[in-house]
Amino acid sequence: MKYLYLAAPALIALAAPLYNRVDPQVFGVPFFYWFQLVLVPVSALGIYFFDRAGRA
Amino acid sequence: MFDHLNVVATSVFVFFFALVTIVGFFASRWKRGDLDSIGEWGLGGRQFGPWVTWFLLGGDLYTAYTVIAVPAVIYGIGAYGFFAVPYTIVIYPFLYLTMPRLWAVTHKRGYLTAADFVLGRYGNRPLELAVALTGIVATMPYIALQLVGLEKVIGALGFQGQGIYAHLPITIAFVILALYTYKSGLRAPALIAFVKDVMIYVFIIAAIIVIPYQLGGWGKIFAAAQDVYAAKVAANKVPAAGLTLSDAQVMPYITLALGSAMALFMYPHALTGTLAASSGKAIRFNTMTLPAYSFVLGLIALLGMMAIAAGVKVSSPQDAVPQLVLWAFPDWFAGFCFSAIALGALVPAAVMSIGAANTFTRNVWKPFIHPAMTPAQESVIAKLVSLIVKVGALLVIFFMPTKFALDLQLLGGVAMIQIFPALVFGLFTRWFNGWALFLGWLVGIVVGAALSYAPQPDGAVNWAPVHKMIWDIPYWGHLDSGLNFAAYNGLTAVVFNFLVAALISLVWRSKAPDETRPEDYLD
Repeated sequence: MKYLYLAAPALIALAAPLYNRVDPQVFGVPFFYWFQLVLVPVSALGIYFFDRAGRA
Repeated sequence: MFDHLNVVATSVFVFFFALVTIVGFFASRWKRGDLDSIGEWGLGGRQFGPWVTWFLLGGDLYTAYTVIAVPAVIYGIGAYGFFAVPYTIVIYPFLYLTMPRLWAVTHKRGYLTAADFVLGRYGNRPLELAVALTGIVATMPYIALQLVGLEKVIGALGFQGQGIYAHLPITIAFVILALYTYKSGLRAPALIAFVKDVMIYVFIIAAIIVIPYQLGGWGKIFAAAQDVYAAKVAANKVPAAGLTLSDAQVMPYITLALGSAMALFMYPHALTGTLAASSGKAIRFNTMTLPAYSFVLGLIALLGMMAIAAGVKVSSPQDAVPQLVLWAFPDWFAGFCFSAIALGALVPAAVMSIGAANTFTRNVWKPFIHPAMTPAQESVIAKLVSLIVKVGALLVIFFMPTKFALDLQLLGGVAMIQIFPALVFGLFTRWFNGWALFLGWLVGIVVGAALSYAPQPDGAVNWAPVHKMIWDIPYWGHLDSGLNFAAYNGLTAVVFNFLVAALISLVWRSKAPDETRPEDYLD
C-alpha cells in the first residue's frame, strides 16, 4: 500500500482530463495551472512518506 | 556588429562569464583526485554528496534550452506547453525506485555508463553497442540546442554579427567551456552549477513578483493570453491553442509527459550526474528535493503568457523570454538574467559532452579498438572525445538550419526511450534475453522513426513527435488500432520494443553470463 505514496501523484499528473479546466481560479490563475503546480510539492512529499515508510 | 549592443547588460554578462571561467578551471583542485583516471575525470570520483548532486542534476536537467523552449510553446499555443510539469512530476518516483539500484551495481562493479551495466548484466556486445550509440547520437543534437539557447540570449544583448562573425560569441564561449571541461572534467559543471542555479532562482523569483505586478495581476495575464489564442485559432494560424487543452491535445499531452519522463534518465548526461553521487541515499534525497526545480520550470513556462500580456511580438517564439526580460527589467538585471540562461546552457553542455565521451570511450573505443586500455588511457580518449563532441555541435549550428537540430533532438528522444527495457527492467530481473532486447531495440528505433516521418504536402522532409493510432504500413497496408487518439511516438515505439523483447525472451532463453549478483543492487 505504501506504493500509493509514489504512484498516486504521478497518476494524477498524467490524468489530464481531471484538471483540464479553467475554474476554480486562484488569484486569477486557472485551475489547470495552479493544480499542476501544487501537485509538484505534493509528489515530493509522497516520495518523502514512501521513504519513511520504507525505513520503518 | 556592436551598434545596437546593450552595453550595461553585456558588461554584466561578460562579468559572470569570466567568473565561471575562473570557477571552471579552479574546479580541477576541488575534492582533489587523479584527473588522469576516467573515474575521476568523468564521474568526479563518485563523491558528490546530496547537495552537490542537487545543484549538479538541477543544472544538468533543467537546461537553457528548456528555459527558452517551454515558454516558447506556451507563448505559441498555450496549455500544451505545460506538459513539462507532469513530465517532471512523473520522473522522481521512477528515479527513486530505479536509480539507487543502478548506482549500487555500477559502484560495486566499477561501471561508468549504462552500456557498461547492460554488458555486465546480459553479456551481449551488440546490445552494449546499441545502448552506447543511442546515447551518443541522441546527445549530440541536445548539445547543439544548448547553443541555440545561448545564441538567443546573446542576440537579445544586441549583438548583430554578419557572415563568419554571426557565431563568434558562442564559438568563444564554447572554446572556453571545452578547455575547462577538458582540464577539470565533471568537477567543472558541478561547481559552476552552484552559480547557475542560484542565479536562475533569483531571476525567476524576481520575474514572478515583478512582471505580474507590472501587468496588473495574474487575471489580466491569462485574459490577455486567452484573447491571443482565440484570435490565432479563429485565423486558422494553429489547429489548437488555449488556456486549457483541446480534446485532440489531451492524449498527446499525457503520452508526451510519460514518454519524456521515461526517456530522460536514459540520456548519458542524466546518468552521469546520477552515478557521480556518493551514495544511494544522496540520490533518494534528490528525488525529494529536485522537484523544487520542476516547480520553477512551471513558473518559467508561464513567462510565455506574460510575454503575450506584455505585448512582446517576435517572429520566432524562442525570442519571447529574452524579449520579455528586456521589457520588464532594467539593463543590469536583464544582463543578470541572460547570464543565468547562458550558464544554463554551459552546465548541461559540459555534462552532456562528458557523458557522451565516457560512453564512447568505454563502450565503443575500448571493446572495438583497444581492449587492453588502462584507466589513464581511457581518460585521454574521453577528454579528446569531449572536445570532438563540442566541435561537432558547433558545426551543426554553423552549417545546418536550427530546424535540423530540433528534428534531430526530437528523433533522439524517440530513440533514447528504446533503451528503457534493457536498462530499467535489467535492474530488477534477468528474465529477458540480451538478443531479444537488442531486436526489441531495433524494432523500436525503426517504428519510432517511421511514425515520426511526416513529410509536408509538398514533399519536404518533416518530422513530428506524435502520430494517430492509425498506421499505413509499407508492404502491408492500412491498419486501424481502434484507438481514437494520437500519442507520442517514442512511447508507441517502446511498446512494440517491449512486446518483441518479451515474446522472443519467452521462447529463447538466454545462456549468456550475468556477472552481477542480486546483492550488488542494494546500496
